[in-house]
Amino acid sequence: MSDKLLEVVALSVSFGGRRVVKEASFTVNAGEILGVVGASGSGKSMTALKIMGLLPPAAASSGAVRLNGENLSGMPESQMQTVRGRKIGMVFQDPMSALNPLIRIGGQVAETVRLHRKVSEAEARAAAREALDSAGLQGEQGALDRYPYELSGGQRQRVAIAMATVLSPQLLIADEPTTALDVVTQAQVLSLLQNLVRAHNMGLILITHDLAVVARLADRVAVMHQGEIVEQAATTELLRHPRNPYTAALLAAARLDLRRTGGPPDEAAAVLEVRGIVREYPRKRTSLWRAPVPLRAVDEVTLSVRAGETVGLVGESGSGKSSLLRVILALERPQSGRVSLLGESFSNSRAASLNRQRRAIQVVFQDPFGSFDPRWTVEELIGEPFYLLGSPPTAAERRLKVAAVLEQVGLSAADARRLPREFSGGERQRIAIARALITEPAVIAFDEAVSALDVLIREQILKLLADLAQRLKVSYLFVSHDLHVVRAIADRIYVMKAGRIVEEGITEAVFAEPQNPYTRALLAATPKLPVLS
Amino acid sequence: MKMPSGNSSLVAGACITAAFIGVAVIAQFWTPYDARGISIVDKLQGPSVRHWFGTDQLGRDVLSMIMLGAQTSVGVALLSVIIGMFVGVPLGLLAAAKRGAIEEWVMRGNDLIFAFPALLLAILITAVFGPGAVNAIIAIGIFNIPVFARVARGGALRQWTLDYTLAARVAGKGPLRISSEHILPNLIALLVVQGTIQFSLGVIAEAGLSYVGLSAQPPTPSWGRMLNEAQTLTALAPYLALFPGLAVLLFVLGLNLLGEGLRRRAQSAS
Repeated sequence: MSDKLLEVVALSVSFGGRRVVKEASFTVNAGEILGVVGASGSGKSMTALKIMGLLPPAAASSGAVRLNGENLSGMPESQMQTVRGRKIGMVFQDPMSALNPLIRIGGQVAETVRLHRKVSEAEARAAAREALDSAGLQGEQGALDRYPYELSGGQRQRVAIAMATVLSPQLLIADEPTTALDVVTQAQVLSLLQNLVRAHNMGLILITHDLAVVARLADRVAVMHQGEIVEQAATTELLRHPRNPYTAALLAAARLDLRRTGGPPDEAAAVLEVRGIVREYPRKRTSLWRAPVPLRAVDEVTLSVRAGETVGLVGESGSGKSSLLRVILALERPQSGRVSLLGESFSNSRAASLNRQRRAIQVVFQDPFGSFDPRWTVEELIGEPFYLLGSPPTAAERRLKVAAVLEQVGLSAADARRLPREFSGGERQRIAIARALITEPAVIAFDEAVSALDVLIREQILKLLADLAQRLKVSYLFVSHDLHVVRAIADRIYVMKAGRIVEEGITEAVFAEPQNPYTRALLAATPKLPVLS
Repeated sequence: MKMPSGNSSLVAGACITAAFIGVAVIAQFWTPYDARGISIVDKLQGPSVRHWFGTDQLGRDVLSMIMLGAQTSVGVALLSVIIGMFVGVPLGLLAAAKRGAIEEWVMRGNDLIFAFPALLLAILITAVFGPGAVNAIIAIGIFNIPVFARVARGGALRQWTLDYTLAARVAGKGPLRISSEHILPNLIALLVVQGTIQFSLGVIAEAGLSYVGLSAQPPTPSWGRMLNEAQTLTALAPYLALFPGLAVLLFVLGLNLLGEGLRRRAQSAS
């Protein structure tokens, strides 16, 4: 496997004088998987687009891209079209937008074949069937005749992979192919890619922000930072001895070793108690005669959070964890069950007592961009929960308190006068944490609060949270789909599936010996960095 | 980065609009001649140095009449926009905040008003209350209500999906308080754009109503009635129709350019 399939030499891409890729050079051999890792904006997608000859017209580029010794970078568009699809296949992040919603999937794959080869309709369909088979869509009744909307996200990504590989290209480029998928599906799609590459002796460039994904799959890894490839090495070598400081920081962040000291004492009282919560949503009527069966998003959930404890609530999207959180925050009423905070029950309370309760629980949302009114200053935003207090503080008191929490979350008091758009995603999450802290609640809920952040920022925020928990003795209810993150921060976890809690226990115990088959599957699917001695 | 075309239409529109509003203000204090002064001796003179836009069949100075007509036009259109905004926007915000039955009632009520053409509504109102500028304002204002209600509801619904409204609810604020503190301020740009467009439609509607005699009554000059009176004299004195016609055209053009410019600016800002 010494023959170089793809050779990229001193590749640069710039937009209006701003260089987004700087002199990137790497090679991919046949049958080899190269992982390209970097934060968002590091230039990894632009590199892929350049190889495919798909850069936007506004981009200027230089450098050579050679496939089997043939230079692609100066090739006219008409010739590039024969290379794309036939010699290089590409898989994108969002499978829904990569597929035509109006064409059955068999037809779409067959169309790719007929674009490049002079074959009959029947032969094209046979090739499509074969490609879909090897992409893991075999055995399904009439798989070829289904429309993209009838498929799940993972199945759609399989169709996209079938389209990219149907002509047996020599090189496959996958740009964040599993970022939009949940962990179990992600693991399946990744092993599918791996098998296809091995079986057809293809080269694969796997672009991702997640080092753990790469560690499992790639033979070699290139780390990109601000447009430059800062390090390139065999995977085990890179994981064991990162030479570049950025790589080392990325690795440390991906390992998420927060070194937390144990949880609260056993006799700590429960601050948040949730009993038998049921939350149902009405469904559209489909029959004239039968009343529609409501969708039971949360099904008799009981959980508790003790003083000073960090509790993780894990589940895939659609497992009902967000609905449960809305009930806990008193944003929605449950059909039955009870939420009590600091021993006082939430149900049937009027606005005034509801607000007294709400003071005891605050929340940090996922989206660092949507969770602030763009016209309010940071001071006004952080001070908003003061509305919950019976007697709001005076302007001077308010300024002092806001300055104090800003410093607690690692920002400065001078930031109070600025607008949210002047801050980065990580800084905005700090502001959101400050807003949650201002009323000194007993519990703070986090709804996927670090999911939208790059790994380095994620590590910083989690460290801040661990530190605050220790200093302020506040409890956390940490809701996430990411087992890896929950393991790093939580003392105890609940695993939720289809509206029910299927497992609970001390974090380390659950991770060491998961009892429920679903938890086991979830754990096995979660990508993790190998432990190297 | 600002779009040059958006910017130029903003500047041109703002200049034209400002010029007309300026003329309307000046007319309050000064016009070249008394626009209501009848002088049969001077009737039907063409444009000249003494009478720039000529005189009509009663010898009144057309320029002075157009200046006062601008006052009528601006007054009626502006007040009807204000009525539409002050009633429509709260209705739209309420519909978005409460959803459910209230939203249904508000939006179906809007549909009901939309079903009537503005002119028909004006005739209805003037038939009951008699013709006049005030009734024209009310008629056009009622027609503006559903427009603003829909714009406000649409913009508010989008904001209700954003987490900052959720954060405000966690801070214990009710839907009405969130509407006024968070949602309305973020709608201002949208409402200003719509207000400009409704202003221009108001100018046209006022001209139409006064053309059929349902707006300001004589001797208060208005562009629509000037056009109506010029109609019988087009062969004799075409300039009588030309100048009020141009005034309506130019003012509406200016307002539309302004609205378009504001819209593009709001878009590039967000």
